[in-house]
Amino acid sequence: MNLVAKHLTYKPDNQYHLNDVSFNFEKGRLYTILGRTLSGKTTLLKTIAGLLNPDSGNINFEDKNFSKVPVWERNVAMVYQQFINYPHLSVYENISFPLKQRKLNEENIKKNVDDALKTVGLQGFENRKIQELSGGQQQRVALARSLAKKAKILLLDEPLVNLDYKLREQLREEFKTIFNEGLANETILIYSTTDPQEVMELNGEVIVLDEGKVLQTGPAKDIFENPINLKVAEISNDPPMNIINGLKIDGKITFENINIKLPKHLSQLDNKNYNFGIRSSEIKLSDSGEEFEIELAEISGSETLLHLKRGSTKVIALIEEVMNFKIHEKVKVVFNSDKFYVFEEDGKLISSPYRIKNG
Amino acid sequence: MEKLYKFLKYTFIILWTVFIVAPFLWAISTSFKDFQSVNSKVTYIPWLDFEPTLEGWRVLIKSPARGGVDIVEPYFNSLFVTCTASLISIVLGTLAAYALSRFTFKAGFVRNNDITFFFISQRIMPPIVLSIPFFIFLSTIGLLDSLIGLVVVYIVLLMPIAVWIMVDFFNRVPKELDETALIDGCNPYQAFYKVVLPNSIPGLIVAGMFCIIFGWIDFFFAFILTFTEVQLLPVKVVALNSSITPWWSLSASALISVAPLIIVAFVVERYLSKGNLSGALK
Repeated sequence: MNLVAKHLTYKPDNQYHLNDVSFNFEKGRLYTILGRTLSGKTTLLKTIAGLLNPDSGNINFEDKNFSKVPVWERNVAMVYQQFINYPHLSVYENISFPLKQRKLNEENIKKNVDDALKTVGLQGFENRKIQELSGGQQQRVALARSLAKKAKILLLDEPLVNLDYKLREQLREEFKTIFNEGLANETILIYSTTDPQEVMELNGEVIVLDEGKVLQTGPAKDIFENPINLKVAEISNDPPMNIINGLKIDGKITFENINIKLPKHLSQLDNKNYNFGIRSSEIKLSDSGEEFEIELAEISGSETLLHLKRGSTKVIALIEEVMNFKIHEKVKVVFNSDKFYVFEEDGKLISSPYRIKNG
Repeated sequence: MEKLYKFLKYTFIILWTVFIVAPFLWAISTSFKDFQSVNSKVTYIPWLDFEPTLEGWRVLIKSPARGGVDIVEPYFNSLFVTCTASLISIVLGTLAAYALSRFTFKAGFVRNNDITFFFISQRIMPPIVLSIPFFIFLSTIGLLDSLIGLVVVYIVLLMPIAVWIMVDFFNRVPKELDETALIDGCNPYQAFYKVVLPNSIPGLIVAGMFCIIFGWIDFFFAFILTFTEVQLLPVKVVALNSSITPWWSLSASALISVAPLIIVAFVVERYLSKGNLSGALK
């Protein structure tokens, strides 16, 4: 009774959009697809919807071969990152459009539309024209249309990416409630995004996608705590995890003439070169720290991102307050070594603060 | 500064209006004159300058047997040919344009853009190049000097315009709109007429306007492909001219010739000024 994909491959123009993607999605659960732009997220969603035919591989749903079912009979719903609604119809007509297609009776349609409007908080907007609505409202209409349908598979393709910061925060909060309350247990919800924070907040099963390939799957917490390689560590953190090439020698880690006492969780490590990973939030300003030069300081919301450089090592530090710095100014920072990740030089995760390497 | 700008703006608008309207005024007043008042001194104002007469207009509806030229039948011929050809061109052209915009065609080295270019290329050649093939074609199938034959030829002339305008229009309608319609349970035909078409009204209006204008004003093919059975308005109007130029009836026929285009322009203007048409899709 699940949505099962086996070895999906889609390769137009000699470039993989999907590269041997397999998954097994269960009903009543939320799946998030995390990947950078052009990683194949939209392609995957369109393949599930039936808008694209994979070159090889197949999709089964409820034990039926999905490949033979045309889009309009698949009972899926999709919300695009652009706000796609029917401009010639009113809000009510937009949301009732798929229901009318399915020839439900008028009463039933009205009830479904009213419920959906209530869920997305757009009561009273029934007779408005789409063009009269703001971007956030337009996206809510699109969401309402997909909810009213009560489709068995609900696809959301970066639904928040084209909204401004405030609205994004607000809708993200609302999504959590909508997904928790508004969805029947029969629905498989698939949500794609580039934003790791969204993934963590929605807290579903995560599929990390890069260049059409699945890098890692697992619960959000798992991806955050144990990214299996450097790529995943980069994709699943914003700003990307800092990677420092350093040497481990007896009891310490050295790079750029900085010596850091070996943290406990890394005591089993062999003496050699590694890629050490550290999240931006684990680098702090401190007078007892090491000197770095500021290359760039960005203020984002209530945080300051410091792009730091020492020798050939570049790191980004996230300071949780708004501070003004001059470029080329020297600052001192300390690394929270308890939160060091260790990757092989080929990128594989060896040890994380949450998973200690044995032997 | 503000005042000067306003002054210049209105001066320009007034001059431009005079420039546009003057020929109409001239034609209107001339159409009510007789031989005497055209060929004597310059006259403008009816009753004061000259005695208005309806003779110029009467000639147009009188049968030739009674000394008239009877442009009523050519007028309706022209209306029929233009409207039928425009309608068929818009229907076929819109379907072709949608296919060219949404699907990928491959035939040897031919791709979508080549097919679009093929349509437009019909209009690149000077019309005279097409006249002989058209003549031979129509005479072979026995449609020379007939309304149906003219409709066929005008479809060939007008459909490229419809295809060209509509391909461009459909390319600007996001593909996601059709995809959403498919996901919402429409088959491709329903997606086209329930979702894409209602959102393409501005494009259809522009394409229709161009088809009607180009069909209505064509003189060349109407002249070459008809003789006695069928006559179209532009040919008949030109035929009015004789050794003594009948300025009065020429003016009258010119006025009723442009009347449909003026009506079209007013209708289109009202539609386009609604404003929500071009910006309908974000």
